[in-house]
Amino acid sequence: MPDEKSVPDEKTGSLPEDLYRTIRLIRRFEERAIELVESGDIVSGIHPCIGQEAVAAGIGAALRRDDVMMANHRGHGHLLAKGSDPGRLLAEMAGRVTGVARGRGGSFHPSDFSVGVFGSTGTVGHGAPMAAGVAWALARAGTDRVAVSIFGDGAVNQGALLESLNLAALWHVPVLFVCENNLYATTLPVQTAVAGSITARAAAFGIPAATHDGMDAQVVLDATAAAVARARSGEGPAFLEFSTYRYEGHHTFERSVRLRYRDPAEVAQWRARDPMDLQGGRIPAGRRADIDAAVEVALDAAERFALDSPRPDPEDALAYLYSTGLRLRAGVVG
Amino acid sequence: MPNLSYLRAINRALGDEMERDPAVFVMGEDIRLALTNTTIGLLDRFGEQRVIETPLSEQGFTNFATGAALAGQRPVVEYQIPFLLLLVIEQIANQANKVSLMSGGQASVPVTYLLPAAGWRPGWGAQHSDQPYSMFAHFGVKTVLPATPTDAYGLMTTAIRDDDPVVVFAPIAAHGIREDVVFADLAPVPLGVGRVHRAGSDVTVVAVGHLVHDALAVASELSDEISVEVFDPRTVYPFDWNGLAASLDKTGRLVVMDDSNRFCGLSAEILAAAAEQMHLVAPPKRVTRPDSAVLGCVPELDMTLQPTREQLAMTIRMVAKSGR
Repeated sequence: MPDEKSVPDEKTGSLPEDLYRTIRLIRRFEERAIELVESGDIVSGIHPCIGQEAVAAGIGAALRRDDVMMANHRGHGHLLAKGSDPGRLLAEMAGRVTGVARGRGGSFHPSDFSVGVFGSTGTVGHGAPMAAGVAWALARAGTDRVAVSIFGDGAVNQGALLESLNLAALWHVPVLFVCENNLYATTLPVQTAVAGSITARAAAFGIPAATHDGMDAQVVLDATAAAVARARSGEGPAFLEFSTYRYEGHHTFERSVRLRYRDPAEVAQWRARDPMDLQGGRIPAGRRADIDAAVEVALDAAERFALDSPRPDPEDALAYLYSTGLRLRAGVVG
Repeated sequence: MPNLSYLRAINRALGDEMERDPAVFVMGEDIRLALTNTTIGLLDRFGEQRVIETPLSEQGFTNFATGAALAGQRPVVEYQIPFLLLLVIEQIANQANKVSLMSGGQASVPVTYLLPAAGWRPGWGAQHSDQPYSMFAHFGVKTVLPATPTDAYGLMTTAIRDDDPVVVFAPIAAHGIREDVVFADLAPVPLGVGRVHRAGSDVTVVAVGHLVHDALAVASELSDEISVEVFDPRTVYPFDWNGLAASLDKTGRLVVMDDSNRFCGLSAEILAAAAEQMHLVAPPKRVTRPDSAVLGCVPELDMTLQPTREQLAMTIRMVAKSGR
């Protein structure tokens, strides 16, 4: 385990400082992860969330540790904001046995049940009905815990997601549907994919839905906190759309493939409202520098921890496939 | 002695498990009125919070059940028609069944998927008659196919208690099977443990589900000329390879009767495994649906596409005579 003191998730400062710290942590985590992709330490590549950090930070700040999150393939920021240890998350992405899911979820499908992240499905939109099922079960057990499903604009045309809106509204499930609208489903522009509007989909099921600025962590926090409070009090689901933008490609493979689907002027325009600078501008410069330095120290430790951790034994390739320990036949008969 | 029907056995297992464990609940379409008979009486006994009527949203509610399971519940999800399983193969094989692996063992998904109307229905058309158990086995999803009321009770009970996803196929053609039972003797049947319904020494016939009864009838019919052992794996996946090997050690001859499509069906795997690893003195054979068979809506046409007792008897005779 990494040095506990190096993990920057203690809430020591003001709320603006905490939000900034989370954004900064995610930004630098992703930038370092890209370097580890390029060095070959993270074999899968990653789906970087750089540019979208304010959404994760705001949601994370609005949730309790015992609330549940279903993240997605662009989920590192979500896990960090929910409280995952950066070293164990990086180890997960590098396929090490010390990862949050023992290296078996990887960058694409990490889960960390110790902080309430129950999964990150790669089947776009299908985490939404799972989150609804989680939330339904939590309510059924008499708790006031809520569940949040986070998905992108590409998910809003998935039947399973629309089905989950219906089920959640019908059964007053304490679930939040959060759409990070970053304007592109891989390369597909949202305006060429979504008829009507994203929020109108939820509204059609009688679920309160609104669009908010996803580059401002405070705005995200306020909107999410209101929806969480509503869900906790038994008033049912809510749908939040956050306008945001990913600076990088869909996946790190785009660094070599160089797909041309975004106008550089558009990227520059969104970068000009950078969520890290926006939040950083709300705290004293000295504090910001302190936080930046602390984040680097923490990430140095996280990276060392991940890269020093052992790789799995090939003998264990069939482990964890079944909860009951059922072992499979091998592919070769002796 | 009480006489238990196949579907009442499933109904009884469901009721007993709901009684035993408050985390067990059932969800599906038309289950309040027990359209398929599996949920008779459960609404009155357990109320609407544990008998969850769903809209026609199979992908949504299958994933919903996964979520509920992740939060500590033990859902039983019913699908009325076999092809609905094709609609949710992603949710079962790629989501629920991969949670244990993808979470590195942090979580499990104890969901039971119940198909109380598997297989051919005379005249009901091409989309109501599939028998897709081999597909789940291919993806490594635990899959059971009980042949008798006692095994239906036992396997349903085990499926609900198992910490992994389990698909329970209850073939329509087995629904008419009844059995005299002592209720107190009904017990869980472990997954992956087959059952020799009839001992024999010349030819092993592997049959699953309703076909076990066809195999038993043929074994009886041939008893004067050939001693047939009828082996019912009961669980399609994981398969009882040791049980099959023990039977083949005695007989050395194998015929498989399987209601799957021939290509990549269960029978193909059984023959391959036997040929690779087990004692055979003659080439094994199988009686199955044809490749990718689509049963339509004309009973006399459909019947020609399905494995029959006549085909099985003929095949057993061929295998008994072949080899050394």
